[in-house]
Amino acid sequence: MAGNILEIIDLDVGYAGGITGLAGLSLKVPAGQMVALLGANGAGKSTTLKAISNLLPFEGGRVRRGTIRFEGRDITNIPAYKLSRMGLIHVREGRRVFSTMTVHENLVAASYALGKRAALDLSRRCDDIYRTFPHLERRKNLLAGYLSGGEQQMLAIGRALVGEPKLMLIDEASLGLAPVIAAEIFKVISRINVERGISVLLVEQNAMLALRHSVHGYVLDNGRSVLDGPARDLLHDPMVIERYLGGAGVPKAAERASA
Amino acid sequence: MALILELCLIGIASGSIYAIGAMGFVLIYKSSGIFNFAMGEMMMIGAYFLYTGMVIFGLSLYAALPLALLASALLAAGMERWLLRPLLGQPHEVMIMVLFGAGAMLRGIAGMVWGHDILRLPEILPRKPVFIGDILIPGTLFWGFLMMIAIFGGFIVYYRFSRTGVAIRATADDQTTAECMGINIRGMFLFTWVMAGLLATAAGIVGASVNGLSPYLGNVALEVIAVVLLAGLTSIGGTLLAGAIVGVMLTLIGFYLGGAFQQFMPYLLVLLVMIVRPRGLFGTKLVERI
Repeated sequence: MAGNILEIIDLDVGYAGGITGLAGLSLKVPAGQMVALLGANGAGKSTTLKAISNLLPFEGGRVRRGTIRFEGRDITNIPAYKLSRMGLIHVREGRRVFSTMTVHENLVAASYALGKRAALDLSRRCDDIYRTFPHLERRKNLLAGYLSGGEQQMLAIGRALVGEPKLMLIDEASLGLAPVIAAEIFKVISRINVERGISVLLVEQNAMLALRHSVHGYVLDNGRSVLDGPARDLLHDPMVIERYLGGAGVPKAAERASA
Repeated sequence: MALILELCLIGIASGSIYAIGAMGFVLIYKSSGIFNFAMGEMMMIGAYFLYTGMVIFGLSLYAALPLALLASALLAAGMERWLLRPLLGQPHEVMIMVLFGAGAMLRGIAGMVWGHDILRLPEILPRKPVFIGDILIPGTLFWGFLMMIAIFGGFIVYYRFSRTGVAIRATADDQTTAECMGINIRGMFLFTWVMAGLLATAAGIVGASVNGLSPYLGNVALEVIAVVLLAGLTSIGGTLLAGAIVGVMLTLIGFYLGGAFQQFMPYLLVLLVMIVRPRGLFGTKLVERI
């Protein structure tokens, strides 16, 4: 197990009313690496992230069986707010900035993930975020609801960084963004991963974008992993190309990417 | 003319009491989405706690007030922890019914313990009338108003600028995301109940100083809810202006049309607000039908 910051073994998740979310999912995130979860709508990608960060109780779901280990420790029953204080921070789908609060207040709210260190580290952490996202600093006193979609996604990521995560779970970072902006967001995520050594597990509709930036990929179907391998290989896998990369037109782009 | 001005000032002053109660109500609603229909009874019980400390145990104000605040905080925390927490995830109607029930129980208990007569609180606020020019304002109301304004201002500053205030607002904005950012939202629910309990007690004590203390002081909840709806369910700061409007309206109506009209006016105002402008004056979200 050495070297894996996150390990999921044989996980079953059910929702109220007997609906199955995950059925026997296993996966690993090696420390310091970026791993992508792919799959069709309803395959269980977001459910996986919510199971890890323990958000399922908010939606009437729960882990029925299996183990989730973070840094070797079973975290299945630890409340979400404690997990974020342990360094496991979930960037939710749809950006979810606190829209009635200013950009700066969004960062202050996120300092709760620092636990007791917050009082000492808050201004240092905010400065750090503003260095990484100079754009946000210029808008620090603007209500977050007035930011553009791309800026909101930057804020959502920056806000998670306030808490000095060891592992970030990022759900659909490119959703609803123009392709240029989505590419920029992924560059930022890559940079965070490489420069700060923060491990990343991401769920993404845009499989091409995700695989190009990840080391490893899992393809989910019906709540379990049906295929996994190095991202580079998945980009050339005929099944992945056909199902998730939009068929014949795409391999050229894939070759361009790996060239 | 001077008479109308006098009535308006009296209205604004009594409106400030509703405003503080309304602020507690909005605080709970914003953080946890719960309509606290026991808010009026929390005000009433808080005032009885002070009465008990000062009259029954003969303590000074400086000893009795902290004890009354502590007792109200414990009561509010207990209500959150033992009445509402077990219902987390249940439909809101259930919680509303439970809180109605809790309010009725508090009223009944107050009647059993302290009786149904109207009691007088010891003179905390000077009774000596205050003159502004030619206009006379009852002393308790004048000093009570100043206290309410001070509490209102202090709370707004705390809510706007403290880190805890930011956490309360984050919880109000998006509970799940707040939890993801390390904020213990159950802790926040408990905390906002305690804050609301303290605000209710402050408003209850001033209200009882002005109008006397009885188990039916809790009926002021109707005025409070009128203020809440007029301000818009989600506006903490708007409660002050809405409180003044409701206060002035009730005072003028009470003087010119009599007490009978005064009794149902809050209902009428709520009805009008819901028809004309369901968001209230400053609210952002549409009020869910209940």
